[in-house]
Amino acid sequence: MDLLEPIIKIAVVLGALLTASAIVVLFDRKFSAYIQNRYGPNRVGPGGWMQSIADVVKLVMKEDIVPKAANRFVHDLAPMISITVALTTFAVIPFGDTIPLFGKEYNLIIADVNVGILYILAMTGMGVYGLTLAGWSSNNKYSLFGGLRSSAQLISYELSMGLSLIGVIMIAGTLQIDDIVRSQTGYWFGWIPQWNVISQPIGFITFFVASFAETNRLPFDLPEAEPELVGGYHTEYSGMKFGLFFLSEYANMIVSSALITALFLGGWHLPFAETWGLDPLVLALLKIGAFMFKMFIIISFYVVIRWTLPRFRYDQLMNLGWKVMLPVSIANVLATGVVMLWLTR
Amino acid sequence: MVPLSHYLFLSAVLFMTGAVGVLTRRNAIIVFMSIELMLNSVNLTLVAFSSFLGNVTGQMLVFFVMTVAAAEAAVGLAIIIAIYRRKQTVNLDEINLLKW
Amino acid sequence: MDLYTISFYMFAVLLLGSAIVVVFSRNIVRAAFALMITLLSIAAFYVLMMADFVGIVQLLLYVGGILVLILFGVMLTNRQISVDIREGAIQTIPAVIVTSTIGGILAGAIWSTAWPMREAARSVAATAPVIGEMFLTTYLLPFEVASVLLLVALVGAALIARRERKS
Repeated sequence: MDLLEPIIKIAVVLGALLTASAIVVLFDRKFSAYIQNRYGPNRVGPGGWMQSIADVVKLVMKEDIVPKAANRFVHDLAPMISITVALTTFAVIPFGDTIPLFGKEYNLIIADVNVGILYILAMTGMGVYGLTLAGWSSNNKYSLFGGLRSSAQLISYELSMGLSLIGVIMIAGTLQIDDIVRSQTGYWFGWIPQWNVISQPIGFITFFVASFAETNRLPFDLPEAEPELVGGYHTEYSGMKFGLFFLSEYANMIVSSALITALFLGGWHLPFAETWGLDPLVLALLKIGAFMFKMFIIISFYVVIRWTLPRFRYDQLMNLGWKVMLPVSIANVLATGVVMLWLTR
Repeated sequence: MVPLSHYLFLSAVLFMTGAVGVLTRRNAIIVFMSIELMLNSVNLTLVAFSSFLGNVTGQMLVFFVMTVAAAEAAVGLAIIIAIYRRKQTVNLDEINLLKW
Repeated sequence: MDLYTISFYMFAVLLLGSAIVVVFSRNIVRAAFALMITLLSIAAFYVLMMADFVGIVQLLLYVGGILVLILFGVMLTNRQISVDIREGAIQTIPAVIVTSTIGGILAGAIWSTAWPMREAARSVAATAPVIGEMFLTTYLLPFEVASVLLLVALVGAALIARRERKS
């Protein structure tokens, strides 16, 4: 049994994902501080770079307080579901081209599932449980509001998320994410890279907006709107259980930025890199770097938008989801079909 | 190697469990869940036949069953919640307005 | 005993155990969780039989959709979560008779039929393209009827659940 390769991959990806989450938390805080013209964390380590480690240590050491009226079992289960869903989604995302190591080609993807996109949609569907159950089991009205809002929000935006991907699936003709990335090779007119963001601009925008809603980031952070709901679904959580929610939120952000990169921004493709005549290993590493750079751009975008747009009101959120996003993404499917038919005629 | 009959026995037992639930429980939501169990056991049989006979049509039927289950979940739960709102109970023995 | 057989029996125990909890549990929340485990193990069986598309749709639709609705139903209709919702078993004897009759007939049918001893599909062949092809050719009419059914269900559920306006 060749179990060693997947185990090493899982270990590397899991480690990288958790480290990246910590870094993104810090980046978020620093960048927010910059936007708001303040310092941000600057006490722990040089320039505050150790802040995330200090936070983790603090969260682990803290007492785990469970409300007396809470449903203990579900209260414990909810953060576990959240973090599991956030971390397992990354399994089907390819983060690099095949890499030649020790005389063998390795695929840089943990599980090349041939229904990868559906797997991701299924996993985001499971993500609803974490938030809903957390809100319900705390037995606190603010938590319950947060939980109910989050499930309504996730279910509404999951639809337009799935539908905005159909255009990409139609162009690539496959549900396998690795194949979708590979289908974005090549150039139009010899210089425009064939990325889906260019052929599917409307799908890209709807998916991007829906991914904000799915990760509960501003302007869609109604499940944890501080002025109205205290802390939303995680009001009654403390210690490492709160830490898991916090971590899963940032892991979700990383995963969705990786997904946007893979599906719309050409994944690990680096335009014209093949023509530079580099060593295959260097080229493969460069491609991983390109993937991470694109992810970084998307994450920066998340942070900028967080401090640019105010929070939606609940009815505005629902109106946007059902009356704008859904019709637009359905129209996008139709338009893609018509154009494809016209091009292949 | 697991033969086909084991899958069939498994789904038969699952179907019977669901049937017991439908017949004996009084809470409308539990009855609802038991119906889901029965539908799932049928799906399992269909996929088992499809897999063992090498014919995809069985898997196709599963999708239609799932569609009906989804429609049933939406309408059925809406009815249950509407009844609860009016009578404050989901006990099937107390929902007897039509049994005059 | 290879890995396939071991996982079959493991998931079989999980499936039946959780199904029994669904049916006989006194706590409705526990029943809903047990149903989640049941649905997940059904998905595992689909994957064991190499029906990857059906398996993932099971996750997407049942676990991610229908069960969320059921949980909503549980939360909205149950104030006290620890309340005993059994309210006495009814019709136990007729239920046992009916179920054992069904079980007997099924078991007899399964025993007496000579099933083709073909092995289950063990190779990874993409079933999604085949199923998609069949939906849009041979089974086009049922497919469209199913979508109409879903639309009707959507409208109907919205109509029932809407709070009545006081006029």
